[in-house]
Parts: sequence; C-alpha cells; structure tokens
Amino acid sequence: MIVSKQKNFDVILRAVGKGPVFIVGCNECATLCGTGGETQVLAMKKALEAQQILVTGSIVLEPACHLQNDKRLLKAHTKEVDRAEKILMLTCGSGVQTIAELLNNKKVISGADSLFIGEIIHPNEFQKRCSLCGDCLLDTFEGYCPVSRCPKSMLNGPCGGAAGGKCEVDKELPCVWDQVYLVLKQSGKVQGLKVIQPPKDWSKSTVTARSL
Amino acid sequence: MAYRSGLHQVLSEGRFVVTAEVGPPKGADAGKIIEKAEFLRGCAHAFNVTDNQTAVVRLSSLAGSVILLQQHLEPIMQLACRDRNRIALQSDVLGAAALGIRNMLCITGDHPSVGNHPAAKAVYDLDSTQLLAIIRDMRDKGVFQSGDALLAERPAVYLGAAANPYADPFELQVVRLEKKIEAGAEFIQTQSVYNMEKFVRWMDDVRSQGLDQKVHILAGVTPLKSVKMAERMKFHVPGTDVPDAVYQRMKEADDPAKEGYALALETIKELRTIPGVHGVHITALFWEEVIPALVREAGLFPLP
Repeated sequence: MIVSKQKNFDVILRAVGKGPVFIVGCNECATLCGTGGETQVLAMKKALEAQQILVTGSIVLEPACHLQNDKRLLKAHTKEVDRAEKILMLTCGSGVQTIAELLNNKKVISGADSLFIGEIIHPNEFQKRCSLCGDCLLDTFEGYCPVSRCPKSMLNGPCGGAAGGKCEVDKELPCVWDQVYLVLKQSGKVQGLKVIQPPKDWSKSTVTARSL
Repeated sequence: MAYRSGLHQVLSEGRFVVTAEVGPPKGADAGKIIEKAEFLRGCAHAFNVTDNQTAVVRLSSLAGSVILLQQHLEPIMQLACRDRNRIALQSDVLGAAALGIRNMLCITGDHPSVGNHPAAKAVYDLDSTQLLAIIRDMRDKGVFQSGDALLAERPAVYLGAAANPYADPFELQVVRLEKKIEAGAEFIQTQSVYNMEKFVRWMDDVRSQGLDQKVHILAGVTPLKSVKMAERMKFHVPGTDVPDAVYQRMKEADDPAKEGYALALETIKELRTIPGVHGVHITALFWEEVIPALVREAGLFPLP
C-alpha cells in the first residue's frame, strides 16, 4: 500500500485560503491509512467550514489514480467542481497528479504527503517495505529488503552502528540485517551472507522509464 | 616487491605501525591542517583524512590529503559512500591517485540524519564492500564498475577498510571483515577499543579464520579527554562500547584527562601483545596534541 499522511491542518488552511474548495479522497490506500477516506473527507469538510470556508462538495474516488474512473465519477459533481476555486486532495501524489491533469483549470492542492510503500502492522502503524527499485532482491535476503529497510541501503551489511538489533539511525527501527541474520541463523545458513552482493543495477528502476 | 605506499611497505615489513586521524577543519583553511601536520610529524606512519565524518561538512578529504602531501606526510584518504554515487567516487579515486594519494580507506559513512545537514539526500549508491571491489578492479584489471576500460594510468593505491568488533550481530562482523578482505581490503582500522575483553574475543575469531594472515589489522585507540566524552562514547556514539569499569575510572579520577591518557597508554601496550594486531590507529578527537606524548611513552617513537 502507498502510505500517506495528511499535512498539518494549518498548512492545508494556508493553501486553501478563502476557498471555495472541493475535497477529493480515495477509496484505496488513502482510506486504509486514514488520510483521505470517507471519514477523513467529511471531517476535513467540517473543519474547513468551521473556518468559514465554503466547501462546494466532496467525493471519494475509486481510486483517485484511475484516470478513466475519475472522469466518470466526477461527472455527477460537475457543478460542485465548477463552483470551487481549489481542489483539496487527500490522496497520494499519484492521485493528485491525475486530478491536476483532469481539472487543469483549477488550483489543485496536495493535502497529504506520500511516504512509502509499506505494510499495515496495526491500524495507524505502518512500516516501509518497498522502494520500487525495479530490480527485486528479496530472494537473496530471506524476504527482507535492505534497499528499503536499511537507511543506508546496504547490500553488504550490517554497518558498524547497529546495537541490540536496532538501527543506529532510529532506535525504534529494527536493523533489517539483524532480522535477516536471525532467519539465516535458524536455518544454519549464515555463511550464505559471505557472498559479496554487487552494486545494484539502477538502470532497471523507473528513474529511466516512467510508463509501462 | 614494489610497494604502493609507505604504509604498504611498513605493514608488509611486519613493523608495528601507527596511523593517526587528522580531522579537516570546518572552513577553507589549509593552515589548520598544516598546524596539525607539524606537531604530528614523526608520530605516525600515515594520517587518515576523514571524509565529512559524522556527516558534518568539513574541508574535503581529497583536498586535506593533498595538503598533507605538500607537507611531506603520507595521507590515507577516506572515501565515504554517503555523498557520492559510483561515478563521482571513481572520478575522485582517479583524481586523488593522479595527485599522489596512495592510501584509500573505504567506508559506507554515517547517515546524514546524525550530522549537521539532516535535510540532505543520502546517496549510498554503493556500500563500502562494493567500493573496495571497484577500486581494486580499477587498479588490477583496469576497468570501471561498468566494465568500461580505463584508458590511462591505473590508480596504484593501497586499500583499507573499517571493522567494528562491537557492532551487532557479533558473528556478522567477522563475516563482513572476510567480505571486505575478499573485496580488496589490505589493511583494516577498527573501532576504538575500550572493551578489551570483547576485542580479544573478536581477534580470536579473526585468527581462527586465518584472516590476520590476509590483512593487516590496526586497532583503534581514542583517548578519553573528559567524563563528558566518556559519557558520549558510552551512551550516544553508535557502535562504541565503553565498559562500566572504564567509565567508572574516568568518573572517579581527580584529573579525567590524565586518566584518559593513562587508559589509552595501557590500551596500546595491551594491544601490542595481541597476536594479529599489526598496529594502532589513534583517533584523538579534538585532542590531537596528545598524540606525540602518547606515541613516545608507548615506546613507538621515533618511528622509522
């Protein structure tokens, strides 16, 4: 899932200005991580109205990053959108861009920060899992991704700073190398880590290929 | 045998070697390095010039190394993977070698979040093991990482790496040392030794794998200047291990600086007796002026 987080309300308020504003959420990732589902969109509407800002309407798209669905679903809201000066997006960056392209005569505001592709551990607890690098190495590391989960993206780790199974950069973060080690130790395969992993092939990443 | 550097020669000849760290200044001031070079002259066989250590911006390690060369001292240029991708790192290796730098130490580098530019984008295109292998192949095979050929002089450098006997998991730290040796490390500088018992255990592991026969190990020594520094090392600096007994000695001392100096001296003497330890690497953080006395009193001065 794409994990995103709503921006600080003051920041959103500054961007929305005097409005009027139309609010857009998304029924997939933004709903799952509580950034822009039905509940958050309605709460945002109330919060903005409490600041005397006119909210012309709102919608939860299915999902916001789906261009054709957006065109279809927004038809029923044409009047509300027309009355708005600004469109407040409570979705990931991909959804923001789909709407910015579709409604290019409106000021589209990004009301959330897109953070990472990650796992929902508990409601409201997320952890980064994937960097979308285009060259998956998970088989090599027992299903743990050092590119995404080690702040130094080391392929020949761990670094010299891990202590007690925690990362030197963030004491809350488990050292991914410690996790890989524990799995390999159980199966008696620690020596497998002696293989030197070559530099990663970043030409396979979407840095050079932006559409499929 | 043709030695690639003075450090390569003294280590190959089996002498007990001293290296010392010279931290470049936070400013465009060659004078600060020249000043340190003057009083450190003769106290070490070679001098590490750190590469923006702890992710704090300082004069570059390449420039600092060249300034030492101009003072007729032998630099060990540190190269961190944090700030440059493989293109920039390989380019700096060529440039440094062309300017006469003959020792390079490859490290992955502290994360930007601990330094003075926490908003910086971390690069980490490579890790230290990969960087070692790349420089070795540039030197021995005449190829860049991509496989493209070098078309002129190869960088004839002596390669080093870091090792930390105190990081977790312990077992992986020996595996990692082995990998670094396989990738081309010819000398190793370790994390500062305060916990001697654990270091001895690590060296036992190193010797049992025969790694001391494949690489020269220089044990790290950092004299503690104050109780505050001992506290920082014990509780805050990642990857260091200051045992309670050492911390206690510092706390109870009438003159902590004197005690820290005595501790460092004891450490060096003990390290000299450990089989497989080929020298010491002294990092006197903000206390470089103590190095001459330390080296002299440890019986290591004058160096040949």
